[in-house]
Amino acid sequence: MNILFEWFGDPANWSGADGIGQRLWEHLWYTAVTMLVASAVALPLGLWVGHTGRGRWLVTLANSARAVPTLGLLLAASLWLGPKLPGDFAYTVPSIAVLAILAVPPLLAGAYGGIDSVDGAARDAAYGVGMRGRQVLWQVEVPNALPLMLSGVRSAVLQVVATATIAAIPGLGGLGRFIIDGIALADYGQAGGGALLVAVLAVLLEGILALLQRRLVSPGLTGRAVGGSRNDDDSAGPEESADPTVDLRTSV
Amino acid sequence: MDWLAAHWRDVLDLAGNHLYLAGVPLVVGLVLAVPLGWAAKRWDRSYLAIITGAGLLYTIPSLALFVVMPLIIGTQILDPINVVVAMSVYTVALLARTVADGLKAVPDHVEQSATAMGYKGVRRLFGVELPLAVPVIAAGLRVAAVSNVSIVTVASVVGVPQLGNLFIDGFNRVIWAELVTGIVATVVLALALDALIVVGSRLLTPWRTAGGGAA
Repeated sequence: MNILFEWFGDPANWSGADGIGQRLWEHLWYTAVTMLVASAVALPLGLWVGHTGRGRWLVTLANSARAVPTLGLLLAASLWLGPKLPGDFAYTVPSIAVLAILAVPPLLAGAYGGIDSVDGAARDAAYGVGMRGRQVLWQVEVPNALPLMLSGVRSAVLQVVATATIAAIPGLGGLGRFIIDGIALADYGQAGGGALLVAVLAVLLEGILALLQRRLVSPGLTGRAVGGSRNDDDSAGPEESADPTVDLRTSV
Repeated sequence: MDWLAAHWRDVLDLAGNHLYLAGVPLVVGLVLAVPLGWAAKRWDRSYLAIITGAGLLYTIPSLALFVVMPLIIGTQILDPINVVVAMSVYTVALLARTVADGLKAVPDHVEQSATAMGYKGVRRLFGVELPLAVPVIAAGLRVAAVSNVSIVTVASVVGVPQLGNLFIDGFNRVIWAELVTGIVATVVLALALDALIVVGSRLLTPWRTAGGGAA
């Protein structure tokens, strides 16, 4: 434990181009860019598959891709694309591309699963009062699908944070650098410090996203607005079923 | 193919290590998850605590856990036991919830019939509830198996040899055949474990129709 205190206690480790501040910023930046790219592709696709019921094989395909080892994919992409790109892009582009690809399955599964699990009666009622397809999607299906969709987003974010750490192996920046460089230099204070930072970052992000999810999801779904009048029997409450996080996450 | 022809023995050795590093935690994790899942089902309060705790553990990135593990359990940083323990932690985290949900899904009337027939406590758990929960547990075990096989490749960084070594070496020395062999071998191992669990689950639940399988 002493080596950890020493490393965290040294002010030189906190500032500069390879300090904790900069590495943390890089890590968050990669995560944000990756999530933007992956969401732009996966969320509309998932909504479309769920709404129309067409193209379900896409979800199956994305899920089965999970058996491919992340590290292998990262190294293959870096080896292939790296030499073709100038400067820092040689590290960032292949890694972020792979991170984005890996973020797609949980996002897709969340969006599709969310829409697919919307109560058929709610959907029929929406059509019954004269809503059109687009209105049904945005005013009924999406709000009802939000818990699962956001669980998908949470899983994807955590996975990207974890995978971005591993992407330090082929040379990406971020907090993973401390771990990889620390091990390479047999500086276990640095490696352990980096590992601790990554773990804390992941747990903090998970907490923030969980809070955000509670705020965004309609009170009618979580039962928060209904106060004490909820069914008090042993049937699974909506809060429980609204959080199937573990199954959506891929391995890293 | 030339590369593989020359190195297939090394690949097999690494695959053996890989199977050990991913497989042992699967068994350990399952054994530990059963009492946890049972407790989570039995006491409503413990359900939330166990599920939240498991979720948090699962949040910790693998590379971080591999590196921090020796500081927690007092081993050497390059010791394979770190990887086994870390993987067991992930497996428990994933399966505790699965076991709890699987046990919860056993219908009340079945439990009551079992009790009426004289099944009590542990005997009811192992004789009636767990067998009925096998399909759900097997589904969780499949997720855990595939993810374990993938995560274990990262252990190369902390000096524990398995198939992931092929990626890193292939990358460092620009040997495509080695890198691709590593990826393919990992996927094959994951699918093999997955298939094994499906078969095991079918054998354990002969009353289910052949077409149903583990969801």
